[in-house]
Amino acid sequence: MSTPMTPGITKGRLPAETLAENFDDLHAPFAPHEAAVAADRCYFCHDAPCVTACPTDIDIPLFIRQISTGTPEAAGKTIFDQNILGGMCARVCPTEDLCEQACVRELAEGKPVEIGRLQRHATDTLMARQSHPYERAPETGKKVAVVGAGPAGLACAHRLAMHGHDVTVYDAEAKAGGLNEFGIAAYKSTDDFAAREVDWLTGIGGITVKTGMRLGEQLALDDLVGNFSAVFLAVGLGGVNALRSAGEDKDGVRDAVDFIKELRQAGDLTALPVGRDVVVIGGGMTAVDAAVQSKLLGAQNVTIAYRRGRERMGASEYEQDLAASKGVRLMFNAQPVAIHGNGTVREIELEYTSDDGSSLKGTGETVRLAADQVFKAIGQTLTTDGGLDMDGGKIAVTGAGRTSRAGVWAGGDCANGGDDLTVTAVAEGRDAAMDIHAMLSV
Amino acid sequence: MADLTTDFLGIKSPNPFWLASAPPTDKEYNVRRAFEAGWGGVVWKTLGAEGPPVVNVNGPRYGAIYGADRRLLGLNNIELITDRPLETNLEEITRVKADYPDRAMIVSIMVPCEEQAWKDILPRVAATGADGIELNFGCPHGMSERGMGAAVGQVPEYIEMVTRWCKQYYDKPVIVKLTPNITDVRKPAAAAMRGGADAVSLINTINSITSVNLDTMSPEPSIDGKGSHGGYCGPAVKPIAMSMVSEIARNPETHGLPISGIGGITTWRDAAEFISLGCGNVQVCTAAMTYGFKIVQEMISGLSLWMDEKGYTSVEEVVGRAVPNVTDWQYLNLNYVAKAKISQDDCIKCGRCYAACEDTSHQAIAMSDDRTFRVVDEECVACNLCVDVCPVDGCITMEPMAPGEVDPRTGKVVEKEYANWTTHPNNPGAVAAE
Repeated sequence: MSTPMTPGITKGRLPAETLAENFDDLHAPFAPHEAAVAADRCYFCHDAPCVTACPTDIDIPLFIRQISTGTPEAAGKTIFDQNILGGMCARVCPTEDLCEQACVRELAEGKPVEIGRLQRHATDTLMARQSHPYERAPETGKKVAVVGAGPAGLACAHRLAMHGHDVTVYDAEAKAGGLNEFGIAAYKSTDDFAAREVDWLTGIGGITVKTGMRLGEQLALDDLVGNFSAVFLAVGLGGVNALRSAGEDKDGVRDAVDFIKELRQAGDLTALPVGRDVVVIGGGMTAVDAAVQSKLLGAQNVTIAYRRGRERMGASEYEQDLAASKGVRLMFNAQPVAIHGNGTVREIELEYTSDDGSSLKGTGETVRLAADQVFKAIGQTLTTDGGLDMDGGKIAVTGAGRTSRAGVWAGGDCANGGDDLTVTAVAEGRDAAMDIHAMLSV
Repeated sequence: MADLTTDFLGIKSPNPFWLASAPPTDKEYNVRRAFEAGWGGVVWKTLGAEGPPVVNVNGPRYGAIYGADRRLLGLNNIELITDRPLETNLEEITRVKADYPDRAMIVSIMVPCEEQAWKDILPRVAATGADGIELNFGCPHGMSERGMGAAVGQVPEYIEMVTRWCKQYYDKPVIVKLTPNITDVRKPAAAAMRGGADAVSLINTINSITSVNLDTMSPEPSIDGKGSHGGYCGPAVKPIAMSMVSEIARNPETHGLPISGIGGITTWRDAAEFISLGCGNVQVCTAAMTYGFKIVQEMISGLSLWMDEKGYTSVEEVVGRAVPNVTDWQYLNLNYVAKAKISQDDCIKCGRCYAACEDTSHQAIAMSDDRTFRVVDEECVACNLCVDVCPVDGCITMEPMAPGEVDPRTGKVVEKEYANWTTHPNNPGAVAAE
């Protein structure tokens, strides 16, 4: 039996019960009483700031009022009307940067209404008690291809199906869900929620999901354009940036997204290996997810090394605090320069940096950290562009996701504009669907 | 610390906070606990005539309405008078009064509207050593169907008659408890006064159905699928009670008649308001039933602190202070002009003032793109709705305009002189000021 002290990358550092506890829901769902108390705090603001802050414009005061009057199913419907992935968004949205940051009670008391957890209460209730709550419009006979079964693709597919179109969703992976299924920390989406959500969402009918179909390999954009009335690309960002540090190829250095994916798909966490001394390079949500989960798996020392200061970190203050509370060390103004070790990583050498706002410079002073595992979480890149105009490494879109090619829309992380968030992807997928529907209805 | 000792009808109590006749005062055990907790007096739960006691329902007796966070705002009940034997109650009253001579002990009574019934019970109550009696002419359910309670309280002649019997057969103070289930509360109060009452107490509970069970389609509290109207009390009835108290206090016929104020009193402030409207003391029930006897400690400390701040040295000094300021609408100063003012420092930008004013009032609040809310003085009629709906106390205030300023809404100069509707040119019945 290994322990957190066992050197190297090894499995079974913690007993199964501890792992189960560690990877349980980060925020337990509200019991009805808790939901009632939380809902009562909402002021039902006029033109509410929380709605403005929500990329999908969910009518938050209305759904909270519906909860407080004992109709959480109606509240769920209010949410799904705007955001069919409202269940996942309730779990993964950085509400502290969105609706809850805008909540007037945040301004008034520093304690916002717990919108995210209330949303989960409403969506969980509706999903548990009813079959799919939407009906399809009469079939139009129009066929649309959606490439990528992540949040953007699913939101687009659902909205198109609702309007009577026949949708085929392709995904490169063996399962639908995209980052919801493969990319989010396990404690944010427990009990196989991502897969259950896909099943529930496709329950509307008119959506065929085909997995193992990757654009540029099994799929060609020209064929799709030829065979479908419209194409929506939501392929995400499949590539990972390189560290460009000496020794990057040593054993024990890997992409954080692969680790997170493996963890999400692991049936038995006691069989999942992790290092004793883990260093995560990066400053975004992926870095935090990898670091926190390493710690929860039993790593003894976990450090996030970010090349800039705390204020520039992509991960929210809430995520930073979460990492710190789990025992992850946050190290700022330190960039990797070399990875040392004889075939396998033993140490990572970091150089301190100074950031004058316009440029980041190494100070020349370095520090070495023990590391038997290094995760790279310094951003992802688009791997397939399909010959479309690009902007900043992403597919250039205008309006509701229109690309440079007629009949082709794009949204989610692969398209330019918007934050790379689940909720933004949902909004883009939904809005592209409405634009496609308008085009198909002419 | 201000002295809260109260002398009401010659009955002394260490503070003006009495427990009203209700479940909390139904028996020795509770009353002793109440006195230990600091209550100044109690009105013992209503006694009925000798004989088999009444019976209560064996299902829910109470129904409620709630505010946010399930704060109980209103309670109703279908409980009757005491369902324990008369002798048991009398023995307990005797014992408790003997042990707590400094506390007020009032006995509530409800017997049939026959002279003999009152003649029979009054000497027995007198023998307990209690300080006075309260006539329950208010209970709106159950007893009223048997010709007692509110059935008496709704007929001024009966009130006068029974009060007179009580004054005839009992030599300590007689308080007449009034029902609010009546059109003009001044009539029963005047009748009580004519009958010789030493004081009135009000209000008793209001006819009510608090909710309907939408599964069984029966009113709550529901007994085997049926419900009956019950008596409503708690914070929700306070405004009704205070209005009735003020009517009696300022009515020339009853002015000066001592009043024991009842109706939703929950905090020291509620009590102070009732006292300012002419009550010599107050009675509390729902607050104690919601939070327990301990709440009296807040009432005592709060009233003392406020009186110290204001320089009042006795409760007596506060009694009736607000009465001269209660008037009829027609005498309100129409030359008084105020405007709402929003403190931008305190505003949390919820926009409820805007929604209320824009949708339902005078379109006198402007909202900017950055959610700054400002009063449009040209439209503001100072209706106060924005103040009332604002979740932040003190954020929106009503600021009077000074005489000589021009009201941007009317374009008229604010007059210094008082002028009311009776002399207003728009009033067809206006009388020229002479």
